[in-house]
Amino acid sequence: MPALTETIVLARTRATAARKGPSKNLDTLFRACAYGAALLVLIVLAGILSAIIYGGLPAFQQFGLGFLTSSAWNVGTEQYGALVAVTGTLISALLALAIGVPISLGIAIYLTQLCPNWARKPVAMTIELLAAVPSIIYGMWGLFIFAPLFARFIEIPVSNIVEGLPIIGTVLYARIPSGVGVLTAGIILAIMIVPFVASIARDMIDQIPTIMRESAYGVGCTTWEVVRFVLIRHASVSIIGAIMLGLGRALGETMAVTFVVGNANRLSASIFDPGSTIASRIANEFNEADGMQLNALMALGCILFVITFIVLVAARILTRRVRVG
Amino acid sequence: MDATNTLAAPPLAQSRVRPGRRRADAVLRGFCALATLLGVIVLGSILLMLIVQGVRGFTSTLLTQPTPGPGSEGGGIANAVLGSLVLTTIGIVIATPVGVMAGTFLAEYGRTSKLSFVIRFLNDILLSAPSILIGLFIYTLMVRPMGSYSGWAGGVALAIIATPVIVRTTEDMLSLVPGTLREAGVALGAPPSTVIMKVTWRAASAGIVTGIILALARIAGETAPLLFTALNNNSWFNADLMGGIPNLPVMIYQFALSPYPNWQQLAWAGALLITMTILALSVIARVVIKPQRAR
Repeated sequence: MPALTETIVLARTRATAARKGPSKNLDTLFRACAYGAALLVLIVLAGILSAIIYGGLPAFQQFGLGFLTSSAWNVGTEQYGALVAVTGTLISALLALAIGVPISLGIAIYLTQLCPNWARKPVAMTIELLAAVPSIIYGMWGLFIFAPLFARFIEIPVSNIVEGLPIIGTVLYARIPSGVGVLTAGIILAIMIVPFVASIARDMIDQIPTIMRESAYGVGCTTWEVVRFVLIRHASVSIIGAIMLGLGRALGETMAVTFVVGNANRLSASIFDPGSTIASRIANEFNEADGMQLNALMALGCILFVITFIVLVAARILTRRVRVG
Repeated sequence: MDATNTLAAPPLAQSRVRPGRRRADAVLRGFCALATLLGVIVLGSILLMLIVQGVRGFTSTLLTQPTPGPGSEGGGIANAVLGSLVLTTIGIVIATPVGVMAGTFLAEYGRTSKLSFVIRFLNDILLSAPSILIGLFIYTLMVRPMGSYSGWAGGVALAIIATPVIVRTTEDMLSLVPGTLREAGVALGAPPSTVIMKVTWRAASAGIVTGIILALARIAGETAPLLFTALNNNSWFNADLMGGIPNLPVMIYQFALSPYPNWQQLAWAGALLITMTILALSVIARVVIKPQRAR
């Protein structure tokens, strides 16, 4: 389909070249503007990468590979390492996926399969509005509403139960049950990625031909079997893409995490304990940073860029097939 | 989502279905409904929190006075509201022409070229790139060379976040315009730029405007990129926009975590104001896009 239009537009370009008058210049100018604007996107992305590398280079040169494996973050002695922030970022993002993905898929299935027709639009709208709420508001909600409830009804009872047990007794034990910590960050991130993953998953499920579902129901499948054997199987690649997109968002989310992660530079085995992520550390320290600390923060930004870039590229490759086609 | 595609699951013929299958089905239905309910509850609880905490902050001075200094009473958030308006305006004024033109290039000139493929791909990456990295970029590019935080740096950072949204929607909406419309324009002897400006843009205008509103909604609440570019201050800002410029998101961030009750109160009022504005923008964008999708 685009090919025909393409040919005609191109043919027209040749034809105008033969004509004189102001419209030819306007035409060239217009095209050049469009071309320039498109190139700008390329330049900005390259600019972001080079600015961060430029800023982080001194830190990488001074600490070498040790930057990745050191858990030090000492402004006094100028010793910096990325380990705590990187693990915090990865763990909170993975927790967000573990919690958020089942909920997202549940919502997508509810909206496409189970929701009564009259409620479909308002419910879908509500879920989409969750995506519009600014991340700082999620931060405030997490810190002032969710964290106290979480500490009281989850952290303290769970800590009391698991205390002394092997492994679980470490992972799920809160030394100071304040409600803020890596798990809280993961839960808030989960809520934030749910509308994105759910809306993409819903689109993917909607694209499966209705006749497939009708046939499955026709041979007597239950809803669970239709979901399991028809929907998930057909949309699996693009749903994984949607999940990766959610992961990309979770990794780079800043303000909400800064409110609830606790901002401690400590490598703790418990997911109830405070930690920090790359983004939260940059947000917290950048304005007061100077010299090597600034470089180290830029180097953290560099690591974040690389991680999210890989995840987002993977996500786009997986979802592209369906989206563009 | 057309009508044919919204087949609801039929009720089970209870007597014929094995109990195990029926149970699995009930678990799925229950879980899905619960998940959706959870989403609705979270949104409701966020709105409830904002209204309960924020309404108390709506005093007569809220929109007339600048933010108070540490520990001093009274004051409002007028400077932050105005600063946010200025920053988002700068952002959207830069992003709109760039985004619309880039989207036009992708949809009209280079639909199949390799360059467009690369740009489309990178634009999608930029769309989801962590906004704090954009803050670091503008800090290196503008704040450090210029020697101070400035409204311009904040505006440009917001523009970088808004542009990919506009590029994406513009391209998608232009791609929906039927090729026959363009062919008709060309057949009348109009050069490509005229066809684009007078035919395709006009046909896709509702969609493009939606993209711009969505971009506006996206940048209005962005905090992270403003931390190192526009920063904040507690008074009115300079007309040349140099120096820290007060803005709602950073004000909310700093005041919400401050020990002063009246600052916290102002943060809640600001949070209510900004969230309601953004939700209203999102709803408007969805209403505008409706006739486009219906086709």
